[in-house]
Amino acid sequence: MTTALMHRYANPARFLRIATVVLPWAAVAAGLLTAAGLYLSLFASPPDYQQGDTVRIMYIHVPAAWMSMFIYTSMAVAAAVGLVWKHPLADLYAKAAAPIGAGFTAVCLITGSLWGAPMWGTWWVWDARLTSVLILFFLYLGYMALVNAFDDPERGVKAGNVLLLVGIVNVPIIKFSVDWWNTLHQPASVVRMGGPTIDGSMLVPLLVMALAFKAYYIATVLLRIKSEIIQRKIQTLRLTQGDSGAVESGA
Amino acid sequence: MTRKKRRLYMLLLALLGLGTATALTLTAFQDNLVFFFSPSDLQTKGEQVKDRSFRLGGLVEDGSVRKLPDGVTVEFRVTDTQHTVGVSYRGQLPDLFREGQGVVAEGKLRPDGVFVAREVLAKHDENYMPPEVTDALKRAGQYKPADTRASAQ
Repeated sequence: MTTALMHRYANPARFLRIATVVLPWAAVAAGLLTAAGLYLSLFASPPDYQQGDTVRIMYIHVPAAWMSMFIYTSMAVAAAVGLVWKHPLADLYAKAAAPIGAGFTAVCLITGSLWGAPMWGTWWVWDARLTSVLILFFLYLGYMALVNAFDDPERGVKAGNVLLLVGIVNVPIIKFSVDWWNTLHQPASVVRMGGPTIDGSMLVPLLVMALAFKAYYIATVLLRIKSEIIQRKIQTLRLTQGDSGAVESGA
Repeated sequence: MTRKKRRLYMLLLALLGLGTATALTLTAFQDNLVFFFSPSDLQTKGEQVKDRSFRLGGLVEDGSVRKLPDGVTVEFRVTDTQHTVGVSYRGQLPDLFREGQGVVAEGKLRPDGVFVAREVLAKHDENYMPPEVTDALKRAGQYKPADTRASAQ
């Protein structure tokens, strides 16, 4: 049964054991891949035939954009699991992932703006792609604010989960905005029908950077979930020991 | 188990409703969501954009860019291979502004049909390649700017 399997891995103690094993590997992979990716994208890859060296911004911008959508989607799946099956780990995951996702979205918006200024001739336009990514950024911020806005953390998590699920409609809009409407932003170059329109010498550094971002994300999100579980353990221990003076507000 | 199932179905139903509502809204606001009109759009929406500021997008027609003697006014034609609109612009052009490449201009149509732009933005296409590859393609006679290829489909 898949649900049985899900319950197996939803056990925080088992999760902690797995996370402790995976975490150092992910951290080392993130370091090595970032070093390799930065070397490839800044030194070993050619300038673009139109953009010259400005194309190098893309090696940060595109992986950050991918991560921003991937993390949000994974949080929405966790929200559904949290709402339907009441898994404690699913709620922990969404809470831990939100600031990282917001960070990637901010990186995507800022690097995109830095690229747009010399290439398009403007820092920002309100076209469908840019606007929908800005909405994604606000969804992350809104989720973080909402989850912490209730005295009862259970209710905050529930409200946050509903927001995450409502906001999921934005993800396909971001992805297909460049195909459905005229936008200033260029259409997809990698994940598209008919194969990538990006030369192999630029695709390889881009994919290495994407893996580096993914490894960084795995390491940070595991670290954040781990520390949250440990913090809760400490709180329960303090409460059960009746040491009223040491009970601090969380956060 | 049944309570979990009920919650799951409620959730799927809510998502379905939300998706439908979003799809309907986006379809209804289609015209407001496009960032620019193409020269062909102008044929059908001519009345709608009269005396109004809007954005015009397409390719800069090859060989159409002309600098006027005053040194700051540039004239060029924007095309989507079906229709063409003349554009006049006073100001600095972005780095990526080239003949055969995409462009988005904001401004108004003059009564004589020339589009007077206040702002010109370059639109990059989805192709990324090193200059050597372009040179090789040109030598082999295979090189075509991507936007022409895309709009010709």
